[in-house]
Amino acid sequence: MSDDRSLFEYLLRLADSDLILAQRLGEWVGHGPVLEEDIATTNVGLDLLGQSRLWFAYAGEVEARFNDGSGRSEDELAFLRDAGEFRNLMLVEQPNGNYADTMARQFYFDVWHELLLRGLAESTDARIAEIASKALKEVRYHGDRSADWVIRLGDGTDESHRKMQAAIDGLWMYTGEMFDVDAVDLALIDGGIACDARALAAPWRQRVDAVLDEATLRLPTDVWMQGSNGRGGKQGVHTEHIGPMLAQMQWLQRAYPGARW
Amino acid sequence: MYAQMVDTGAKKLRSPEEMTPEERAFQARVDADIKIEPKDWMPEAYRKTLIRQISQHAHSEIVGMLPEGNWITRAPTLQRKAILMAKVQDEAGHGLYLYCAAETLGVSRDQMVADLHSGKAKYSSIFNYPTLTWADIGAIGWLVDGAAIMNQIPLCRCSFGPYSRAMIRVCKEESFHQRQGFDIMIKLCRGTPEQKAMAQDALNRWWWPSLMMFGPPDASSVHSAQSAQWKIKILSNDELRQRFIEQTVPQADFLGITMPDPDLKWNPERGHYDFGAIDWSELYEVVKGNGPCNRDRLRARVEAWENGAWVREAALAHAAKRAAAAEKAA
Repeated sequence: MSDDRSLFEYLLRLADSDLILAQRLGEWVGHGPVLEEDIATTNVGLDLLGQSRLWFAYAGEVEARFNDGSGRSEDELAFLRDAGEFRNLMLVEQPNGNYADTMARQFYFDVWHELLLRGLAESTDARIAEIASKALKEVRYHGDRSADWVIRLGDGTDESHRKMQAAIDGLWMYTGEMFDVDAVDLALIDGGIACDARALAAPWRQRVDAVLDEATLRLPTDVWMQGSNGRGGKQGVHTEHIGPMLAQMQWLQRAYPGARW
Repeated sequence: MYAQMVDTGAKKLRSPEEMTPEERAFQARVDADIKIEPKDWMPEAYRKTLIRQISQHAHSEIVGMLPEGNWITRAPTLQRKAILMAKVQDEAGHGLYLYCAAETLGVSRDQMVADLHSGKAKYSSIFNYPTLTWADIGAIGWLVDGAAIMNQIPLCRCSFGPYSRAMIRVCKEESFHQRQGFDIMIKLCRGTPEQKAMAQDALNRWWWPSLMMFGPPDASSVHSAQSAQWKIKILSNDELRQRFIEQTVPQADFLGITMPDPDLKWNPERGHYDFGAIDWSELYEVVKGNGPCNRDRLRARVEAWENGAWVREAALAHAAKRAAAAEKAA
């Protein structure tokens, strides 16, 4: 795979995880547990959606380099690829569930996302560094907020503790994928373009342990990490949840091919 | 207009001679365009009417998130998705500061929410209509937000300070909402024949309910007269409706779609558009709870509230634990 093809794949992974999580958060709008949370959740969704658009724009430009000058637009990439072409983490496509499920998903992702963006802000690719630096400012707040909710719900009432623990347990198996690297990553790590996700595992775990400790929660043991066989979301092998989600997200573009909106 | 048919409790307008000295002084301030602030003396009926009006407005913002929020996951482009999310988020923000404005009158947000859920408090009839196609998101911005602005711009001058200030802020955002709605309509009307048909269909369904947003003819309404005297209603329902029609007809012409009213035509003698009879029985049924989506809207709000109860309880319990720990450490 040429460097540009690897870069394109890598950018899609970044864009898709942001987009898919934003799409999930969009489902909450109008249905949050309290008005302030509706506003905050939508804010996080809007940030992620904005970030995905920056990654898509760059991905389209990179695609043009190896595709005779023809790169896809953000909307072609978002609305006209099928599930197997999506490169997001399996974690972010998991259903919203209850508020504890949503917050556990967000917390696992945010801690990783912030570490990743810190690494990417130092990328030798100036465009990646620029987008990551901008996104980092938003994502720091996301991580504070989701950690805060994990602590409140974990160390709240018996009911909230039970729900938060179940959410932490249920989503744990999708976290391993965040730290795996494959040929796409390796092609870009040496040149300092990509961030070596393997190096994020220890600081991620440290932060997660600290928050869960304060939340009186514990991590599950004896879990087999999904995607650790090299066939996970980043490679386009997803959970069943992505299909209905894309069907909903993409149907208007697909029902009226070529229409402009 | 997000507050309709607000009951003032008045049986008839009272003359200055019938008022107490306090009431006379209050009315003199209102007449002199001096803002009434929460700590000022005010007639009990003024306070109660404002609570009804502002909370109804706040509820409309919150319930209004549902028909549009319904399309966030299906917005046709990423840009449209971002704009729609931001717009619905604005509405949550409007709801929040309107609830705060009402709280200055001595009612809690929890009480207002409970009144919405029990059906005691109302919200605008318009949000009981379904959003069936993407064009409905355009039509809501163009017509519904357009009608809301028509009502809210005069309310920026209303007599109650917190409400007036909330309206100034809300209006700035509403005009952006209206433009984005019209922009969706332009795109559809310049698009494929299917898209243009979608736009026409949305106009057909939203036009009459939008006119009903201004409420029934108010020439004979004692509540409207009382609200006007208090300057919490600046223009009459019919004046606002006529202004809205005047503003909107040329926009429909520009879009190349047709108003679903064969009697709508320019009257050069009046210098205004004449329009067909509005079916008021429909408005009364929708306000009573019999509109196409009343049950769904209320159910969605109640479910969100009930499903969130354990989250709110946990947040309170955690805060109490924190406070207890801090006290122990001190």
